[in-house]
Amino acid sequence: MIEMINVYKKYPNGIVAANGIDVKIEQGDFVYVVGPSGAGKSTFIKMMYREERPTSGDILINGTNLASLKNSKVPYLRRQIGVVFQDFKLLPRLNVYENVAFALEVIEETPKVIRKKVMDVLELVGLKHKARMFPTELSGGEQQRVSIARSIVNTPQLVIADEPTGNLDPETSWEIMNIFEEINARGTTIIMATHNREIVNTIRHRVIAVEGGLITRDEYGGEYGYEG
Amino acid sequence: MKGRTLGRHFRESLKSISRNGWMTFASVSAVTVTLLLVGVFVMIMMNLNKIADDLEKDVEIKVYVELTADEASITKLEQEIKETAGVAEVKYSPKGDELSKLVVDFGEDLRLYDQQNPLHNVFYAKATNPQETEAVAKKLDRLDNTFEVKYGEGKIENLFSFLNTGRNVGLVLILALLFTAMFLISNTIRITIVARRRDIEIMKLVGATNWFIRIPFILEGMWLGILGSIVPITLVTVLYYNISNLLAPKLKQGKLFELLDFSPFIYQVNGLILLMGVLIGVWGSFMSVRKFLRV
Repeated sequence: MIEMINVYKKYPNGIVAANGIDVKIEQGDFVYVVGPSGAGKSTFIKMMYREERPTSGDILINGTNLASLKNSKVPYLRRQIGVVFQDFKLLPRLNVYENVAFALEVIEETPKVIRKKVMDVLELVGLKHKARMFPTELSGGEQQRVSIARSIVNTPQLVIADEPTGNLDPETSWEIMNIFEEINARGTTIIMATHNREIVNTIRHRVIAVEGGLITRDEYGGEYGYEG
Repeated sequence: MKGRTLGRHFRESLKSISRNGWMTFASVSAVTVTLLLVGVFVMIMMNLNKIADDLEKDVEIKVYVELTADEASITKLEQEIKETAGVAEVKYSPKGDELSKLVVDFGEDLRLYDQQNPLHNVFYAKATNPQETEAVAKKLDRLDNTFEVKYGEGKIENLFSFLNTGRNVGLVLILALLFTAMFLISNTIRITIVARRRDIEIMKLVGATNWFIRIPFILEGMWLGILGSIVPITLVTVLYYNISNLLAPKLKQGKLFELLDFSPFIYQVNGLILLMGVLIGVWGSFMSVRKFLRV
Protein backbone atom coordinates (compact mmCIF):
# COMPACT_ATOMS: atom_id res chain seq x y z
CA MET A 1 0.00 0.00 0.00
CA ILE A 2 2.72 2.44 1.01
CA GLU A 3 6.21 1.81 -0.21
CA MET A 4 9.35 3.91 0.11
CA ILE A 5 12.25 2.87 -2.10
CA ASN A 6 15.71 4.27 -1.41
CA VAL A 7 14.41 7.66 -0.35
CA TYR A 8 16.84 10.53 0.25
CA LYS A 9 15.96 13.98 1.46
CA LYS A 10 18.45 16.80 1.73
CA TYR A 11 17.20 20.23 2.77
CA PRO A 12 18.60 23.41 1.20
CA ASN A 13 20.48 24.13 4.45
CA GLY A 14 22.44 20.89 3.98
CA ILE A 15 20.68 18.75 6.59
CA VAL A 16 20.07 15.19 5.41
CA ALA A 17 16.79 14.05 6.96
CA ALA A 18 16.37 10.82 5.01
CA ASN A 19 19.42 8.84 4.05
CA GLY A 20 18.14 5.94 1.99
CA ILE A 21 14.88 4.78 3.52
CA ASP A 22 13.26 1.53 2.37
CA VAL A 23 9.97 0.55 3.94
CA LYS A 24 6.68 -1.12 3.13
CA ILE A 25 3.45 -0.57 5.05
CA GLU A 26 0.45 -2.80 4.35
CA GLN A 27 -3.18 -1.74 4.31
CA GLY A 28 -4.66 -1.91 7.82
CA ASP A 29 -1.33 -1.57 9.65
CA PHE A 30 -0.98 0.59 12.74
CA VAL A 31 2.54 2.00 12.78
CA TYR A 32 4.29 4.07 15.43
CA VAL A 33 7.17 6.15 14.15
CA VAL A 34 9.58 6.84 17.02
CA GLY A 35 12.98 8.43 17.37
CA PRO A 36 14.76 11.38 18.94
CA SER A 37 13.91 14.92 17.87
CA GLY A 38 15.60 15.95 14.65
CA ALA A 39 16.20 12.36 13.60
CA GLY A 40 14.05 12.60 10.48
CA LYS A 41 10.73 11.46 11.93
CA SER A 42 8.78 14.47 10.76
CA THR A 43 10.37 14.42 7.33
CA PHE A 44 9.50 10.72 7.01
CA ILE A 45 5.87 11.56 7.80
CA LYS A 46 5.69 14.74 5.75
CA MET A 47 6.94 13.04 2.62
CA MET A 48 3.92 10.73 2.74
CA TYR A 49 1.41 13.52 2.16
CA ARG A 50 3.74 15.45 -0.11
CA GLU A 51 4.38 18.31 2.29
CA GLU A 52 8.02 17.53 1.48
CA ARG A 53 9.31 16.08 -1.76
CA PRO A 54 12.15 13.52 -1.63
CA THR A 55 15.45 14.58 -3.18
CA SER A 56 15.69 11.13 -4.77
CA GLY A 57 13.97 7.74 -4.51
CA ASP A 58 10.34 6.75 -4.92
CA ILE A 59 7.35 6.91 -2.60
CA LEU A 60 4.37 4.89 -3.76
CA ILE A 61 0.95 5.29 -2.20
CA ASN A 62 -1.72 3.07 -3.77
CA GLY A 63 0.40 3.01 -6.90
CA THR A 64 0.87 6.80 -7.16
CA ASN A 65 4.49 7.90 -7.11
CA LEU A 66 4.72 11.01 -4.94
CA ALA A 67 8.25 11.73 -6.09
CA SER A 68 7.01 12.60 -9.56
CA LEU A 69 3.55 13.88 -8.61
CA LYS A 70 2.78 17.29 -10.10
CA ASN A 71 1.96 20.14 -7.70
CA SER A 72 -1.45 20.51 -9.28
CA LYS A 73 -2.27 16.87 -8.40
CA VAL A 74 -1.29 17.19 -4.74
CA PRO A 75 -4.80 18.23 -3.56
CA TYR A 76 -6.23 15.02 -5.01
CA LEU A 77 -3.62 12.96 -3.17
CA ARG A 78 -4.43 14.69 0.12
CA ARG A 79 -8.10 13.87 -0.24
CA GLN A 80 -7.18 10.19 0.01
CA ILE A 81 -5.14 10.74 3.17
CA GLY A 82 -6.33 12.04 6.53
CA VAL A 83 -3.72 14.08 8.37
CA VAL A 84 -3.76 14.92 12.09
CA PHE A 85 -1.30 17.41 13.56
CA GLN A 86 0.16 18.14 16.95
CA ASP A 87 -1.20 21.71 16.77
CA PHE A 88 -4.60 20.54 15.41
CA LYS A 89 -4.58 22.99 12.45
CA LEU A 90 -8.24 23.89 12.68
CA LEU A 91 -9.61 26.91 10.84
CA PRO A 92 -10.19 29.46 13.63
CA ARG A 93 -13.10 31.27 11.98
CA LEU A 94 -15.08 28.14 11.28
CA ASN A 95 -17.02 26.28 13.94
CA VAL A 96 -16.60 22.57 14.67
CA TYR A 97 -19.19 21.49 12.13
CA GLU A 98 -17.78 23.73 9.39
CA ASN A 99 -14.21 22.63 10.05
CA VAL A 100 -15.13 18.98 9.51
CA ALA A 101 -17.45 19.80 6.60
CA PHE A 102 -14.61 21.64 4.84
CA ALA A 103 -12.92 18.34 3.92
CA LEU A 104 -16.14 17.30 2.15
CA GLU A 105 -16.84 20.66 0.52
CA VAL A 106 -13.44 20.38 -1.09
CA ILE A 107 -14.54 17.25 -2.94
CA GLU A 108 -17.84 18.93 -3.86
CA GLU A 109 -20.04 16.53 -1.91
CA THR A 110 -23.79 17.30 -1.78
CA PRO A 111 -25.03 19.24 1.28
CA LYS A 112 -27.20 16.32 2.32
CA VAL A 113 -24.34 13.84 2.32
CA ILE A 114 -22.09 16.39 4.04
CA ARG A 115 -24.55 16.88 6.90
CA LYS A 116 -24.96 13.15 7.45
CA LYS A 117 -21.26 12.29 7.28
CA VAL A 118 -20.20 15.19 9.49
CA MET A 119 -22.76 14.39 12.18
CA ASP A 120 -21.82 10.71 12.07
CA VAL A 121 -18.16 11.40 12.51
CA LEU A 122 -18.76 13.98 15.25
CA GLU A 123 -20.74 11.34 17.05
CA LEU A 124 -17.84 8.94 16.74
CA VAL A 125 -15.44 11.41 18.38
CA GLY A 126 -18.09 12.43 20.91
CA LEU A 127 -18.49 16.07 19.92
CA LYS A 128 -21.94 16.10 18.37
CA HIS A 129 -23.22 18.46 21.08
CA LYS A 130 -20.44 20.98 20.41
CA ALA A 131 -20.90 21.23 16.65
CA ARG A 132 -21.69 24.96 16.76
CA MET A 133 -18.74 25.91 18.93
CA PHE A 134 -15.55 27.53 17.66
CA PRO A 135 -12.10 25.95 18.12
CA THR A 136 -11.05 28.57 20.69
CA GLU A 137 -13.99 27.55 22.88
CA LEU A 138 -12.77 23.94 23.07
CA SER A 139 -10.11 22.20 25.16
CA GLY A 140 -6.99 20.80 23.49
CA GLY A 141 -8.35 17.28 23.56
CA GLU A 142 -11.60 18.38 21.99
CA GLN A 143 -9.79 20.31 19.29
CA GLN A 144 -7.72 17.25 18.50
CA ARG A 145 -10.89 15.19 18.24
CA VAL A 146 -12.28 17.71 15.75
CA SER A 147 -9.07 17.44 13.77
CA ILE A 148 -9.36 13.63 13.78
CA ALA A 149 -13.00 13.89 12.73
CA ARG A 150 -11.95 16.06 9.80
CA SER A 151 -9.23 13.61 8.81
CA ILE A 152 -11.57 10.61 8.65
CA VAL A 153 -14.85 12.17 7.49
CA ASN A 154 -13.87 11.42 3.92
CA THR A 155 -13.22 7.73 4.88
CA PRO A 156 -9.60 7.67 3.71
CA GLN A 157 -7.65 4.41 3.67
CA LEU A 158 -4.72 6.09 5.35
CA VAL A 159 -4.52 8.42 8.35
CA ILE A 160 -1.22 10.09 9.17
CA ALA A 161 -0.78 11.62 12.60
CA ASP A 162 2.21 13.78 13.54
CA GLU A 163 2.50 13.64 17.33
CA PRO A 164 -1.26 13.87 17.85
CA THR A 165 -0.92 13.63 21.65
CA GLY A 166 2.08 15.96 21.88
CA ASN A 167 0.08 18.87 23.29
CA LEU A 168 -2.34 16.87 25.42
CA ASP A 169 -2.38 15.65 29.02
CA PRO A 170 -2.07 11.86 29.61
CA GLU A 171 -5.73 11.21 30.23
CA THR A 172 -6.83 13.03 27.08
CA SER A 173 -4.11 11.24 25.15
CA TRP A 174 -5.67 7.88 26.00
CA GLU A 175 -9.05 9.08 24.77
CA ILE A 176 -7.46 10.14 21.50
CA MET A 177 -5.72 6.76 21.21
CA ASN A 178 -9.03 4.99 21.68
CA ILE A 179 -10.41 6.88 18.71
CA PHE A 180 -7.40 5.91 16.59
CA GLU A 181 -7.82 2.29 17.66
CA GLU A 182 -11.41 2.38 16.57
CA ILE A 183 -10.51 3.88 13.20
CA ASN A 184 -7.80 1.26 12.74
CA ALA A 185 -10.27 -1.51 13.62
CA ARG A 186 -12.27 -0.46 10.55
CA GLY A 187 -9.30 -1.30 8.34
CA THR A 188 -7.76 2.14 8.01
CA THR A 189 -3.98 2.30 7.97
CA ILE A 190 -2.60 4.55 10.70
CA ILE A 191 0.89 6.00 10.78
CA MET A 192 1.64 7.93 13.93
CA ALA A 193 4.80 9.77 14.89
CA THR A 194 5.00 9.95 18.66
CA HIS A 195 7.21 10.63 21.67
CA ASN A 196 4.80 8.95 24.08
CA ARG A 197 6.58 5.81 25.41
CA GLU A 198 3.65 4.84 27.63
CA ILE A 199 1.26 4.65 24.74
CA VAL A 200 3.70 2.76 22.51
CA ASN A 201 4.48 0.26 25.25
CA THR A 202 0.87 -0.25 26.27
CA ILE A 203 -1.05 -0.42 22.99
CA ARG A 204 1.37 -2.62 21.07
CA HIS A 205 1.69 -2.11 17.32
CA ARG A 206 4.39 -2.07 14.71
CA VAL A 207 7.21 0.31 15.70
CA ILE A 208 9.50 1.99 13.19
CA ALA A 209 12.46 3.79 14.75
CA VAL A 210 14.08 6.56 12.70
CA GLU A 211 17.56 7.83 13.58
CA GLY A 212 19.95 9.89 11.50
CA GLY A 213 17.64 9.64 8.52
CA LEU A 214 17.64 5.85 8.57
CA ILE A 215 15.24 3.18 9.82
CA THR A 216 17.20 1.58 12.67
CA ARG A 217 14.49 -0.75 13.93
CA ASP A 218 11.21 -2.10 12.52
CA GLU A 219 9.33 -4.66 14.61
CA TYR A 220 5.70 -5.68 15.11
CA GLY A 221 4.59 -5.27 18.73
CA GLY A 222 7.86 -3.51 19.57
CA GLU A 223 8.66 -1.22 22.47
CA TYR A 224 9.29 2.49 22.44
CA GLY A 225 12.92 1.77 23.20
CA TYR A 226 14.23 5.19 24.21
CA GLU A 227 14.91 6.43 27.69
CA GLY A 228 12.65 9.14 29.09
CA MET B 1 -16.68 23.29 -10.69
CA LYS B 2 -20.22 22.51 -9.75
CA GLY B 3 -22.87 25.18 -9.30
CA ARG B 4 -23.39 24.44 -5.64
CA THR B 5 -19.67 24.87 -5.03
CA LEU B 6 -19.92 28.36 -6.48
CA GLY B 7 -22.86 28.97 -4.15
CA ARG B 8 -20.73 27.67 -1.31
CA HIS B 9 -17.96 30.11 -2.28
CA PHE B 10 -20.44 33.00 -2.21
CA ARG B 11 -21.75 32.02 1.23
CA GLU B 12 -18.20 31.50 2.45
CA SER B 13 -17.08 34.95 1.28
CA LEU B 14 -20.03 36.62 3.01
CA LYS B 15 -19.38 34.63 6.17
CA SER B 16 -15.77 35.69 6.10
CA ILE B 17 -16.78 39.35 5.71
CA SER B 18 -18.92 39.22 8.83
CA ARG B 19 -16.64 37.01 10.93
CA ASN B 20 -13.54 39.07 10.19
CA GLY B 21 -15.25 42.15 11.67
CA TRP B 22 -12.41 44.57 12.27
CA MET B 23 -10.34 43.49 9.31
CA THR B 24 -13.33 44.04 7.07
CA PHE B 25 -13.89 47.42 8.66
CA ALA B 26 -10.25 48.40 8.07
CA SER B 27 -10.32 47.40 4.42
CA VAL B 28 -13.69 48.98 3.75
CA SER B 29 -12.52 52.24 5.37
CA ALA B 30 -9.42 52.33 3.19
CA VAL B 31 -11.52 51.71 0.10
CA THR B 32 -14.05 54.36 1.19
CA VAL B 33 -11.50 57.10 1.76
CA THR B 34 -9.61 56.52 -1.47
CA LEU B 35 -12.71 56.12 -3.61
CA LEU B 36 -14.16 59.31 -2.13
CA LEU B 37 -10.99 61.15 -3.11
CA VAL B 38 -11.07 59.66 -6.58
CA GLY B 39 -14.77 60.43 -6.99
CA VAL B 40 -14.52 64.07 -5.97
CA PHE B 41 -11.40 64.55 -8.01
CA VAL B 42 -12.89 62.97 -11.13
CA MET B 43 -15.93 65.18 -10.67
CA ILE B 44 -13.80 68.32 -10.55
CA MET B 45 -11.61 67.29 -13.47
CA MET B 46 -14.52 66.35 -15.72
CA ASN B 47 -16.17 69.69 -15.07
CA LEU B 48 -12.99 71.64 -15.67
CA ASN B 49 -12.64 69.73 -18.90
CA LYS B 50 -16.18 70.64 -19.87
CA ILE B 51 -15.48 74.31 -19.13
CA ALA B 52 -12.32 74.11 -21.23
CA ASP B 53 -14.26 72.55 -24.10
CA ASP B 54 -16.88 75.30 -23.88
CA LEU B 55 -14.22 77.98 -23.93
CA GLU B 56 -12.68 76.44 -27.02
CA LYS B 57 -16.02 76.19 -28.76
CA ASP B 58 -16.50 79.92 -28.29
CA VAL B 59 -13.51 80.66 -30.47
CA GLU B 60 -14.75 82.18 -33.74
CA ILE B 61 -13.14 83.19 -37.00
CA LYS B 62 -14.36 86.52 -38.24
CA VAL B 63 -14.23 86.94 -42.02
CA TYR B 64 -14.65 90.54 -43.23
CA VAL B 65 -16.09 90.72 -46.73
CA GLU B 66 -14.65 93.18 -49.25
CA LEU B 67 -16.74 96.37 -49.43
CA THR B 68 -16.86 96.01 -53.19
CA ALA B 69 -18.36 92.56 -53.15
CA ASP B 70 -21.85 92.32 -54.61
CA GLU B 71 -24.74 90.10 -53.53
CA ALA B 72 -23.77 87.25 -55.87
CA SER B 73 -20.15 87.09 -54.78
CA ILE B 74 -21.20 87.17 -51.13
CA THR B 75 -23.38 84.11 -51.70
CA LYS B 76 -20.51 82.50 -53.55
CA LEU B 77 -18.13 83.28 -50.69
CA GLU B 78 -20.52 81.79 -48.14
CA GLN B 79 -20.62 78.62 -50.21
CA GLU B 80 -16.84 78.54 -50.44
CA ILE B 81 -16.43 79.01 -46.68
CA LYS B 82 -18.87 76.20 -46.03
CA GLU B 83 -16.95 73.92 -48.35
CA THR B 84 -13.58 74.69 -46.79
CA ALA B 85 -12.21 71.66 -44.95
CA GLY B 86 -12.35 71.99 -41.18
CA VAL B 87 -15.21 74.51 -41.03
CA ALA B 88 -18.04 73.42 -38.77
CA GLU B 89 -20.55 76.26 -39.18
CA VAL B 90 -20.90 79.64 -40.80
CA LYS B 91 -23.10 82.53 -39.82
CA TYR B 92 -23.65 85.58 -42.02
CA SER B 93 -23.98 88.93 -40.35
CA PRO B 94 -24.70 91.87 -42.72
CA LYS B 95 -23.15 95.20 -41.87
CA GLY B 96 -26.47 96.49 -40.49
CA ASP B 97 -26.41 93.84 -37.82
CA GLU B 98 -22.79 94.58 -37.06
CA LEU B 99 -23.69 98.21 -36.45
CA SER B 100 -26.54 97.24 -34.15
CA LYS B 101 -24.06 95.27 -32.06
CA LEU B 102 -21.84 98.32 -31.79
CA VAL B 103 -24.83 100.43 -30.78
CA VAL B 104 -25.62 98.00 -28.00
CA ASP B 105 -22.04 98.11 -26.79
CA PHE B 106 -21.15 101.77 -27.24
CA GLY B 107 -24.38 103.75 -27.26
CA GLU B 108 -27.07 105.35 -29.41
CA ASP B 109 -24.68 107.96 -30.81
CA LEU B 110 -23.50 105.43 -33.31
CA ARG B 111 -27.00 105.30 -34.84
CA LEU B 112 -25.78 108.27 -36.88
CA TYR B 113 -23.87 105.87 -39.05
CA ASP B 114 -27.10 104.15 -40.13
CA GLN B 115 -27.25 106.23 -43.28
CA GLN B 116 -23.73 105.58 -44.38
CA ASN B 117 -22.55 102.38 -42.73
CA PRO B 118 -18.74 102.08 -42.94
CA LEU B 119 -18.65 98.54 -41.60
CA HIS B 120 -17.97 95.33 -43.50
CA ASN B 121 -20.38 92.46 -43.97
CA VAL B 122 -19.06 89.63 -41.86
CA PHE B 123 -19.06 85.82 -41.80
CA TYR B 124 -18.58 84.12 -38.44
CA ALA B 125 -17.07 80.65 -38.85
CA LYS B 126 -16.18 77.99 -36.34
CA ALA B 127 -13.58 75.31 -36.84
CA THR B 128 -14.62 71.68 -36.39
CA ASN B 129 -11.59 71.24 -34.16
CA PRO B 130 -11.06 74.50 -32.26
CA GLN B 131 -7.34 73.71 -31.92
CA GLU B 132 -7.04 74.08 -35.72
CA THR B 133 -8.58 77.54 -35.81
CA GLU B 134 -5.38 79.17 -37.05
CA ALA B 135 -4.99 76.82 -40.03
CA VAL B 136 -8.64 77.20 -41.01
CA ALA B 137 -8.39 80.98 -40.72
CA LYS B 138 -5.43 81.00 -43.10
CA LYS B 139 -7.37 78.96 -45.66
CA LEU B 140 -10.32 81.33 -45.44
CA ASP B 141 -8.00 84.30 -45.96
CA ARG B 142 -7.02 82.90 -49.36
CA LEU B 143 -10.61 82.98 -50.66
CA ASP B 144 -11.72 85.76 -53.07
CA ASN B 145 -13.59 88.79 -51.79
CA THR B 146 -12.28 88.52 -48.26
CA PHE B 147 -10.98 91.77 -46.84
CA GLU B 148 -9.53 90.46 -43.62
CA VAL B 149 -9.70 87.37 -41.43
CA LYS B 150 -9.41 87.62 -37.65
CA TYR B 151 -9.55 84.96 -34.99
CA GLY B 152 -7.95 86.46 -31.90
CA GLU B 153 -4.46 85.45 -32.99
CA GLY B 154 -1.97 85.41 -30.13
CA LYS B 155 -4.68 85.19 -27.50
CA ILE B 156 -6.20 81.88 -28.50
CA GLU B 157 -2.80 80.22 -28.83
CA ASN B 158 -2.18 81.13 -25.21
CA LEU B 159 -5.64 79.95 -24.21
CA PHE B 160 -5.22 76.64 -25.98
CA SER B 161 -1.81 75.89 -24.54
CA PHE B 162 -3.14 76.80 -21.08
CA LEU B 163 -6.11 74.47 -21.48
CA ASN B 164 -3.96 71.66 -22.86
CA THR B 165 -1.52 71.93 -19.98
CA GLY B 166 -4.46 71.90 -17.58
CA ARG B 167 -5.85 68.75 -19.17
CA ASN B 168 -2.52 66.95 -19.04
CA VAL B 169 -1.91 67.92 -15.42
CA GLY B 170 -5.41 66.68 -14.54
CA LEU B 171 -4.82 63.40 -16.32
CA VAL B 172 -1.52 62.85 -14.53
CA LEU B 173 -3.10 63.70 -11.18
CA ILE B 174 -5.98 61.27 -11.77
CA LEU B 175 -3.58 58.50 -12.77
CA ALA B 176 -1.41 59.17 -9.73
CA LEU B 177 -4.46 59.12 -7.50
CA LEU B 178 -5.70 55.86 -9.04
CA PHE B 179 -2.30 54.31 -8.55
CA THR B 180 -2.16 55.41 -4.92
CA ALA B 181 -5.67 54.09 -4.37
CA MET B 182 -4.76 50.71 -5.82
CA PHE B 183 -1.63 50.52 -3.72
CA LEU B 184 -3.36 51.57 -0.51
CA ILE B 185 -6.35 49.29 -0.87
CA SER B 186 -4.49 46.22 -2.04
CA ASN B 187 -2.07 46.68 0.84
CA THR B 188 -4.87 46.78 3.37
CA ILE B 189 -6.42 43.69 1.84
CA ARG B 190 -3.03 42.03 1.85
CA ILE B 191 -2.71 42.60 5.59
CA THR B 192 -6.06 40.94 6.21
CA ILE B 193 -5.00 37.99 4.09
CA VAL B 194 -1.54 37.70 5.65
CA ALA B 195 -3.36 37.30 8.95
CA ARG B 196 -5.01 34.26 7.36
CA ARG B 197 -2.02 32.64 5.66
CA ARG B 198 -2.26 29.81 8.20
CA ASP B 199 -5.84 29.24 7.07
CA ILE B 200 -4.65 28.92 3.49
CA GLU B 201 -1.95 26.46 4.53
CA ILE B 202 -4.51 24.36 6.42
CA MET B 203 -6.92 24.37 3.50
CA LYS B 204 -4.16 23.06 1.26
CA LEU B 205 -3.37 20.28 3.72
CA VAL B 206 -7.00 19.18 3.70
CA GLY B 207 -6.88 18.82 -0.07
CA ALA B 208 -8.34 22.08 -1.37
CA THR B 209 -7.25 23.04 -4.87
CA ASN B 210 -5.83 26.52 -5.41
CA TRP B 211 -8.99 27.76 -7.07
CA PHE B 212 -11.13 26.40 -4.28
CA ILE B 213 -9.14 28.56 -1.85
CA ARG B 214 -8.80 31.54 -4.16
CA ILE B 215 -12.40 32.10 -5.23
CA PRO B 216 -13.87 32.94 -1.78
CA PHE B 217 -11.02 35.38 -1.22
CA ILE B 218 -11.61 37.02 -4.59
CA LEU B 219 -15.33 37.28 -3.90
CA GLU B 220 -14.51 38.74 -0.50
CA GLY B 221 -12.38 41.38 -2.24
CA MET B 222 -15.35 42.13 -4.48
CA TRP B 223 -17.63 42.65 -1.44
CA LEU B 224 -15.03 44.90 0.17
CA GLY B 225 -14.99 47.00 -3.01
CA ILE B 226 -18.78 47.18 -3.14
CA LEU B 227 -19.12 47.99 0.57
CA GLY B 228 -16.36 50.58 0.28
CA SER B 229 -18.06 52.37 -2.61
CA ILE B 230 -21.40 52.90 -0.84
CA VAL B 231 -20.36 55.97 1.16
CA PRO B 232 -18.41 57.62 -1.70
CA ILE B 233 -21.31 57.10 -4.12
CA THR B 234 -23.80 58.57 -1.65
CA LEU B 235 -21.65 61.57 -0.79
CA VAL B 236 -20.66 62.32 -4.37
CA THR B 237 -24.30 62.10 -5.47
CA VAL B 238 -25.56 64.38 -2.69
CA LEU B 239 -22.71 66.81 -3.28
CA TYR B 240 -23.24 67.05 -7.01
CA TYR B 241 -27.00 67.20 -6.62
CA ASN B 242 -26.60 70.30 -4.50
CA ILE B 243 -24.00 71.80 -6.79
CA SER B 244 -26.14 71.38 -9.88
CA ASN B 245 -29.24 72.71 -8.11
CA LEU B 246 -27.78 75.62 -6.18
CA LEU B 247 -24.46 76.63 -7.69
CA ALA B 248 -24.79 75.73 -11.36
CA PRO B 249 -27.81 77.99 -12.13
CA LYS B 250 -25.99 80.99 -10.69
CA LEU B 251 -22.90 80.30 -12.71
CA LYS B 252 -25.04 79.92 -15.80
CA GLN B 253 -26.86 83.17 -15.11
CA GLY B 254 -23.60 84.99 -14.65
CA LYS B 255 -22.61 83.58 -18.07
CA LEU B 256 -19.35 82.43 -16.52
CA PHE B 257 -19.57 78.79 -17.45
CA GLU B 258 -21.86 75.78 -17.45
CA LEU B 259 -21.32 72.62 -15.43
CA LEU B 260 -22.11 69.11 -16.60
CA ASP B 261 -25.75 68.11 -16.16
CA PHE B 262 -26.58 66.03 -13.11
CA SER B 263 -28.29 63.19 -14.93
CA PRO B 264 -25.91 61.20 -17.10
CA PHE B 265 -22.80 62.54 -15.43
CA ILE B 266 -23.47 61.36 -11.88
CA TYR B 267 -24.25 57.83 -13.10
CA GLN B 268 -20.96 57.75 -14.97
CA VAL B 269 -19.02 58.89 -11.90
CA ASN B 270 -20.84 56.44 -9.63
CA GLY B 271 -20.33 53.63 -12.11
CA LEU B 272 -16.64 54.48 -12.21
CA ILE B 273 -16.41 54.47 -8.40
CA LEU B 274 -18.15 51.10 -8.13
CA LEU B 275 -16.13 49.58 -10.94
CA MET B 276 -12.89 50.80 -9.40
CA GLY B 277 -13.86 49.49 -5.97
CA VAL B 278 -14.65 46.06 -7.33
CA LEU B 279 -11.61 45.89 -9.61
CA ILE B 280 -9.21 46.98 -6.90
CA GLY B 281 -10.79 44.65 -4.34
CA VAL B 282 -10.62 41.66 -6.64
CA TRP B 283 -7.14 42.49 -7.85
CA GLY B 284 -5.85 43.09 -4.33
CA SER B 285 -7.21 39.78 -3.08
CA PHE B 286 -5.95 37.88 -6.08
CA MET B 287 -2.42 39.21 -5.75
CA SER B 288 -2.29 38.64 -2.00
CA VAL B 289 -3.59 35.06 -2.08
CA ARG B 290 -1.30 34.22 -4.96
CA LYS B 291 1.70 34.72 -2.71
CA PHE B 292 0.57 32.17 -0.16
CA LEU B 293 -0.65 29.53 -2.58
CA ARG B 294 2.86 28.68 -3.71
CA VAL B 295 3.27 26.08 -0.99
